[in-house]
Amino acid sequence: MLPPTRILIVDDEAPARRRLRDLLDDCREQFPLFIADEAANGREAIDIINRGGIDIVLTDIRMPVMDGLEVARHVAKLDSPPKLIFTTAYDQYAVKAFDLNAVDYLLKPIRQERLLLALTKAVVIKPATAATVAAAAQSQRRHLSIHERGKIVLVPIEDVLYLKAELKYVTVRTAQREYLLEESLTRLEEEFPGTFTRLHRNSLVATAAVTGFEKVTDGGDDDSNGGTGAIGTHWVAVIRGVSEKLPVSRRQQHVVKEF
Amino acid sequence: MSSIKHPPASQASGPATMPTGFASEARLPNFCNMGIMLRLLLIVNLLCIAAAVVRSDGRDILLPFLLISVIAQPVIIVSLLATCALRRPLAKLGYWCGVAAIFALEAFIGAGFWYLMASIVPYSQPVTLMQYVFFFVFATSAALLYFDLRARSLSPALTEARLQALQARIRPHFLFNTLNAVLSLIRAEPKLAERMLEDLSDLFRVLMADNRKLAPLADEIALCRKYLAIEHIRLGDRLAVKWNIESMPAVAMVPPLILQPLVENAVYHGIEPHDGGGEIIIDIVRTGKQFIIRLTNPFDSASTHVSGNRMAIANIRERLQLHFDAEASLRADVIADKYVVTIEMPVEKQED
Repeated sequence: MLPPTRILIVDDEAPARRRLRDLLDDCREQFPLFIADEAANGREAIDIINRGGIDIVLTDIRMPVMDGLEVARHVAKLDSPPKLIFTTAYDQYAVKAFDLNAVDYLLKPIRQERLLLALTKAVVIKPATAATVAAAAQSQRRHLSIHERGKIVLVPIEDVLYLKAELKYVTVRTAQREYLLEESLTRLEEEFPGTFTRLHRNSLVATAAVTGFEKVTDGGDDDSNGGTGAIGTHWVAVIRGVSEKLPVSRRQQHVVKEF
Repeated sequence: MSSIKHPPASQASGPATMPTGFASEARLPNFCNMGIMLRLLLIVNLLCIAAAVVRSDGRDILLPFLLISVIAQPVIIVSLLATCALRRPLAKLGYWCGVAAIFALEAFIGAGFWYLMASIVPYSQPVTLMQYVFFFVFATSAALLYFDLRARSLSPALTEARLQALQARIRPHFLFNTLNAVLSLIRAEPKLAERMLEDLSDLFRVLMADNRKLAPLADEIALCRKYLAIEHIRLGDRLAVKWNIESMPAVAMVPPLILQPLVENAVYHGIEPHDGGGEIIIDIVRTGKQFIIRLTNPFDSASTHVSGNRMAIANIRERLQLHFDAEASLRADVIADKYVVTIEMPVEKQED
């Protein structure tokens, strides 16, 4: 006999979690399951998922700290992600954009038969890829997620000081450390307009982290002066909390004036 | 009148939204209201200018206007005072009898003044008694017609407000989450489930009622408490509410649902998006003939969507204006990390 399916319940309202527990208990006879844990928001859910052993996540959409759609985006980066089922009182339109063969949704109040059907379906479906989930969830994330040794590391957007494109990765700099993110700088710029400002074709800075700009003389060996090789000056952005300064390209010099 | 932008636009919104027998519900304006008084003064003075233009030789308008104004102003002032003083008996007469009584009153005051002036300065009257009385009867007709049209153009807004109350004020999100919470309680805590459904019924009874008549402030507060009791079951300790209403004028008549939609907004935008929740503070203080309701809730610009909120505020402002004209006001401010809505309105006691 198969081991019972391990389920995580995510909802910010205690009565809603209790209702799901009752309903899952009712499903137990037809569908062997085990309620592994509960979480009150997406961030707690990611912590639990990181510990492993979750097969299905039943998650609310509208929650503080991190909503259900964002959970879906972070979880999709895992090698063998748990299957997601959204539970929602009204904002099912938010889920409609997803490929419903990959994720299902249940309208609260949830009927037991409908829950049983969703669980049965979830076991066999293939989870959506990170890219399709990102395309479907239009809303802004409140965290970036880095996939490190099979776990999801969350970096709150407000902690990010700057983003710098390297060869294959984007370096995410916070006051404490650096992370490597497998995303495109252009996409990040589009997702968070205003939050980040383009300084150079390889860098975005957190608008709120810029404390000022300095003019420096360059040796003509970098491309910030247009690669003419001429000795000149260019601007660098000074960033709160870190010693390194980011060059501003000629094309983006208006940023200095608008500061 | 330039202030009538949409004459009898009442039909524009379609007859389906018009309550039956509405035409017979026409009401006399509240003559003691500052805004109504100012409008009356304006209407009569505009008519004075019109009369002056007609009487002038085309070159000098100022002198005829002053002549007319000097004899018209005392009548206007006395009429305003009289209609304000007689407001309650007039309202009891019903609309058409009230209108007739006002005409009689105006003709009486006008004639009285004409004779008074004639006895003080004999033979100096610029107009005959007939002209004089006719002017005031005409001015009265114009003013009453204006107020009737204005009430008609604003009333569909009230009917619509009632529909909106159902569609938007109570968010579907709230309704379904509440039903879900009730379901979660039925097995373990049936008593609490019962109370929650009772509160929900009371809330919907008010939402579906005809909310054009004013209701005591105490009723509105009771409604808000029931609503918050439901939210407390859903949100638990995340929702904290502080009431500072010891000195509130409980008998003051307010438009129904003046506070509940704002409290609902406060929960939706100020409490639910925050992990640790927050506190909603409701202050109601009396300041002489007015009183102030102030609602404060946490505000986080990053996670707050204002569109639904703006609709509720616009709707409440409209209803305040209809009931109290210039004597009521509503403002919404962001002060530091708090969202503060302040309503000021007159303490109006129930008419019996």
